[in-house]
Amino acid sequence: MEDTIKENLNPDGIDRRGFLKCMAWAGTGTLCVMQGGVLKSFAFSGMNERDASSIAKGDFAFAQISDSHIGFNKAANPDVTATLREAIAKLNALPRTPEFVLHTGDLTQLSKADEFDTLDQSLRAVRTNRIFYVPGEHDVLNDNGAQYRERYGKDANGDGWHSFDYKGVHFVGLVNVMNLKAGGLGSLGQEQLKWFESDVKGLKHSTPVVVFAHIPLWAVYPEWGWGTDDSEQALSCLKRFGSVTVLNGHIHQVMQKVEGNVTFHTAMSTAFPQPAPGQGPSPGPMKVPDDKLRSVLGITNVDFVRGKHTLAVVDSSLQGA
Amino acid sequence: MKSRTFGIGFGIALLAGSALAAAMSSARLAQGAGDQPAATSITIDNFSFTPKEITIAKGTTVTWVNHDDVPHTVVSADKKFKSKALDTDDTFSFTFTDAGTYGYFCSVHPIMTGKVIVR
Repeated sequence: MEDTIKENLNPDGIDRRGFLKCMAWAGTGTLCVMQGGVLKSFAFSGMNERDASSIAKGDFAFAQISDSHIGFNKAANPDVTATLREAIAKLNALPRTPEFVLHTGDLTQLSKADEFDTLDQSLRAVRTNRIFYVPGEHDVLNDNGAQYRERYGKDANGDGWHSFDYKGVHFVGLVNVMNLKAGGLGSLGQEQLKWFESDVKGLKHSTPVVVFAHIPLWAVYPEWGWGTDDSEQALSCLKRFGSVTVLNGHIHQVMQKVEGNVTFHTAMSTAFPQPAPGQGPSPGPMKVPDDKLRSVLGITNVDFVRGKHTLAVVDSSLQGA
Repeated sequence: MKSRTFGIGFGIALLAGSALAAAMSSARLAQGAGDQPAATSITIDNFSFTPKEITIAKGTTVTWVNHDDVPHTVVSADKKFKSKALDTDDTFSFTFTDAGTYGYFCSVHPIMTGKVIVR
């Protein structure tokens, strides 16, 4: 990475130009290295030895996959199971095995039992210790999420929210796809917010926190419902922490933003792309030429590096991939 | 409650597609629209209900049809009607027997809202 950074404003190893270079790679699938609260992205296909050594220095690595939409069979991707399997193959071929995987929702298209079954069977091939889930709105259709909770949320609270600690990092999975209000966006709800507040209360300021949820917890594009009504309340509980990373899915494209101590990151879908904000008639599936489909699908790998890094100064405007 | 019960019965008759429905309509729900029960449709395209707002006579059956590649629902704000998730080309119908204004939305994509005004 070092030789890509021309104007380093902080001794953190990343600047705006480096960040934008990372963005340019996003369409081919990304490998991200987290350093003191900033995610650094690497393309699978363009990864060189220096990248691999940077990744190897991390304390641990985990991957994020998202929006598998098993059961979808329309023009934007008639075989979402095949592309999920390709994503898994890429994940298994990473230079470092992710110690666990986060799936940030929309496992299925229509919450059908056979769709969940196909997903589960496919994910058995992932070389990792464990997969953690949060539901997307497609996973809680018709039954208010009962089947989702039965399969993935037995140890979780409420609609499926949960937290765990891994090597000194606190992970929180939030659910923002339930009990949505007419005219509104994603919603966490008071019960979950109360739980979240108490969940992070006892943590030291220095504990890195990673929050993952399906719908973005930042206002990506409210006109398309790409945001969460009460996310500010959740984020206010995280202000005192030095390093916060928020991982989301839902919008089927990579976007990153750094705001204060928080790095926001959305992942690509393993199924089909969606248009950049406002760049289409709707946020629905986007048909791209067949030979381009695989360049807009992928997974995110996060390598956690413990160190004394200040936060990068990164342009906060939205960047589509 | 009485009119609600009747509305469900009427819906079943409609499903049967028999002349009975028309007979019931003309006998007990006639709105000056001839012998046929009034019916209209609302389409779902590009995450929007079209028309977004409609005004109908009492007894009219509204059918929503989803043309999107993603599932949507039709849920009234006051819980008077609620569809299952509608996949591509799936439909949902509801017969409005009482006058009033019925705001509704897609509970999967709540940014999608619409309104049915029954006179």
